[in-house]
Amino acid sequence: MSSHYEAPIREPLVLGEKSYHDITVDIAKPIEGKANKNWYIAFTISLIAFLWGIGCITYTIGTGIGVWGLNKNIGWAWDITNFVWWVGIGHAGTLISAVLLLFRQRWRMAINRSAEAMTIFAVFQAGLFPLIHMGRPWNGYWVLPIPNQFGSLWVNFNSPLLWDVFAISTYLSVSLVFWWTGLLPDFAMLRDRAVKPFQKKIYALLSFGWSGRAKDWQRFEEVSLVLAGLATPLVLSVHTIVSMDFATSINPGWHSTIFPPYFVAGAIFSGFAMVQTLLGIMRKVTNLENYITRLHVEYMNMVIMLTGGIVAVAYASEFFIAWYTGSPYENFTYMSVGAATGAYGWAFWSLILFNILIPQLLWVRKFRRSFIASFLISIAINIGMWFERFDIIAIVLSKGHLPSTWTRFEPTFVDIGIFIGTIGFFGVLFLLYARTFPVIAQAEVKSILKVSGENYKKLRDGNHE
Amino acid sequence: MYQFSGKLKTIALALMVLGAVGIISGFLSTPSSVEEVKEQLHHAQNAHGGHGEAKVEHHEATDAHADHHTEASHDTHGHDAHGHADEAHHEAAPSHGEEAHGDSHAEHVFHQLKNRPWAALYVACMFFFGVTLLVLAFNAIQRVAQAGWSIVLFRVMEGITGNLLPVTIILLVLLLLGSAHVHHLFVWMAPGTVDPTAANYDAIIDGKSWWLNVPGWTIRAIVYIAGWNIYRHLSRKASLAQDNATDLVNYTKNFKMSVAFLAFFLFTESMMSWDWIMSLDPHWFSTLFGWYVLATFLVSAVTVIAMVTVYLQSKGHLEYVNDSHIHDLAKFMFGFSVFWTYLWFSQFMLIWYADMPEETTYFVQRFEEYKLPFLLMIPMNFIFPILVLINSDYKRIPNFVIGAGVVVLLGHYTDVFIMIMPATVGGEWFFGLPEIGAILFFLGLFIYSVFTSISKAPLLAKGNPFLHESETFHY
Repeated sequence: MSSHYEAPIREPLVLGEKSYHDITVDIAKPIEGKANKNWYIAFTISLIAFLWGIGCITYTIGTGIGVWGLNKNIGWAWDITNFVWWVGIGHAGTLISAVLLLFRQRWRMAINRSAEAMTIFAVFQAGLFPLIHMGRPWNGYWVLPIPNQFGSLWVNFNSPLLWDVFAISTYLSVSLVFWWTGLLPDFAMLRDRAVKPFQKKIYALLSFGWSGRAKDWQRFEEVSLVLAGLATPLVLSVHTIVSMDFATSINPGWHSTIFPPYFVAGAIFSGFAMVQTLLGIMRKVTNLENYITRLHVEYMNMVIMLTGGIVAVAYASEFFIAWYTGSPYENFTYMSVGAATGAYGWAFWSLILFNILIPQLLWVRKFRRSFIASFLISIAINIGMWFERFDIIAIVLSKGHLPSTWTRFEPTFVDIGIFIGTIGFFGVLFLLYARTFPVIAQAEVKSILKVSGENYKKLRDGNHE
Repeated sequence: MYQFSGKLKTIALALMVLGAVGIISGFLSTPSSVEEVKEQLHHAQNAHGGHGEAKVEHHEATDAHADHHTEASHDTHGHDAHGHADEAHHEAAPSHGEEAHGDSHAEHVFHQLKNRPWAALYVACMFFFGVTLLVLAFNAIQRVAQAGWSIVLFRVMEGITGNLLPVTIILLVLLLLGSAHVHHLFVWMAPGTVDPTAANYDAIIDGKSWWLNVPGWTIRAIVYIAGWNIYRHLSRKASLAQDNATDLVNYTKNFKMSVAFLAFFLFTESMMSWDWIMSLDPHWFSTLFGWYVLATFLVSAVTVIAMVTVYLQSKGHLEYVNDSHIHDLAKFMFGFSVFWTYLWFSQFMLIWYADMPEETTYFVQRFEEYKLPFLLMIPMNFIFPILVLINSDYKRIPNFVIGAGVVVLLGHYTDVFIMIMPATVGGEWFFGLPEIGAILFFLGLFIYSVFTSISKAPLLAKGNPFLHESETFHY
């Protein structure tokens, strides 16, 4: 990586005649300036949605889970669907910062900061659902193995729901530390530029006295690499454990060994789609078009195509094996002829349309490199991946082993309200983040400027000729 | 240019001859009739002394397995049949005595012993085929990812895939011999399994006959093998043509072909694993199986690339390969070892956890009859590579890479062994002459075809636009 040679065939990652100082100025600008009207409008809408969500949550906890559309056969529906959806979205951040670091992908440097922020805010939303879907959330702390006065009554470590507790909390902690470590040099930059004493104080606190000495940088790099090495198995194991909530069961349609890697692939698929959605807007409103370029969008689309392909193979495997088993129960799983023609056929076909068919447009280079097309396709995938989780959960539960238990699920306004609330909460956090944090890791982008910057590449290629 | 040394050629040919001797001895030592097996069993019984309890237990285990394959049952997955069979034996044993019990048993053992040399050949062939195919896929991934580090290894990888044509031809012959009923590795191919009037009618296999039928299966096999070989041929041709080209036409063509190949591969690899390995246990199924097979071959493939690279480098043929390239390969060995373990554990744990009879039988049999190799896989494929290859300095030392590589390859051979043997020879397995002979034969073939292929082209893919990145690569 230390090589300063880059093949001329590679496209530049930083456009324009940028210098180190330009990068600093460009990235600090949204933080040092004032928010415009659009920001306030977006923030207000998000805040209202968030407050509405809080209202619905309070209502649920105060009145009881019965205000949701669940019934005695479908005990999980929107709650766990949203949980898995949000956790899945959170996976792209760690993938971008950890896996792409291990694979030495320089293009990750313009998007890793925001992807990680997205991870953390998405895991916040996900983390709400395991708490609020409990019948007695005030006893939630009983899931922790703490010595107590009930003869030291402990938890049973055999439940994947308990593994979820460990997985999600570890994931959040490690992601947070990883993110914050990367932020130190950037906060230091803001601290050094700050003119107002209050801001200087805040960024001085946040940057932990980073002074950028050689020794610090050396350790910084090593820590990043070790954390990336740890975060990669973590990111795989977290969604694996989430998938085991289903796969360890004996429900046809849930009990499937492919779930662990397939959920992970789906998580990366949906997570990248969300990054694409968010960055599609952010690069415009924060004027960072020279850093989040067409090339970045194309590369993200390629990851989306790859993981989408993996997910498609998994759907095919599920469909095939459900058939191959010869078990009549497998005819009603979320990937079966029964699902395609049953009462939830619309959900099945939405999944196929949004997840499998629409993303195939990305094979066309024109769409892959188009901001508008990428943005629209990424939204389709976000919808499709929500349907994937909904289908897995609701379709499978709606037709279990006993026909006398067959039923349907209809969400109430509270189910929907809480979901909207989490989207609002996510928006609130992300909008605040975009105004106060450096949304691009300037220290990292500076490290590739002379290798992958447009002006430097031109200079070099000129010399070759 | 690399010169295939006479010494190495002799070694390769010697391995093939030795291996062939082992394979033939395996075929010669199979019993020729059920009577012979009975005699052997009788001797074994006496040798075990008075009651031979352990042996009886062992019989029951294998018998239960026989029922697994032959007993017609309307129970969806035939597990109840196991239960009944076991009970029947428990009751029958004291009253009928050894003779009646021995009859059907001897016949079953006869079939298993007949299968053994074929299975030994099949395991080794499958292993070397899988490794070669995944080297091809890994190379395609490097092209598609526009990797900057691995260009100096392209000719090594392309050379290794020189083994693809010979090994897939042998594999295809082995598979076709199955559909011609020369061997009986695939029980669902046996005549009568889908005929309701036959004694060995199997309702479950009948229910799958839309997929598991000889014509369809044969056509699919030919399609997969043809598809992979065509890509290998065209990609190699384009790669060689790029060497002296002044433009990037061949490079671009190769890139596009590799993308198409990977899409084709992603589907055919899963289907191949269902057809050629999972269908050996036609009552069993696992959705993860295709990817699990992928992982075992992937880690072996990277290991083989690393080992061939280290060998060629030690002979002074890879001028631009430095310890950073070795380091990167070793990182992949490390990472994919963990990945294999992840998938192995996912499959095992989920089946163990839910403990549904139709799936659990698969692991029950492996755990009871193959305990040692089954358990040995974990230290060989996970713990050992983890401990040896986690250190950054060690990953740059060729001897560590070779040492870890040998263990990893043995471990993944064991994995393939565990996938195939229980379904074909059941409790009658042994790691002896036929197995070793088959490994030596395919190893000899591998060395011969790979180094022949490597000697046919310069070891540096000159025309690749990322070549200089790879030459100056340093990590």
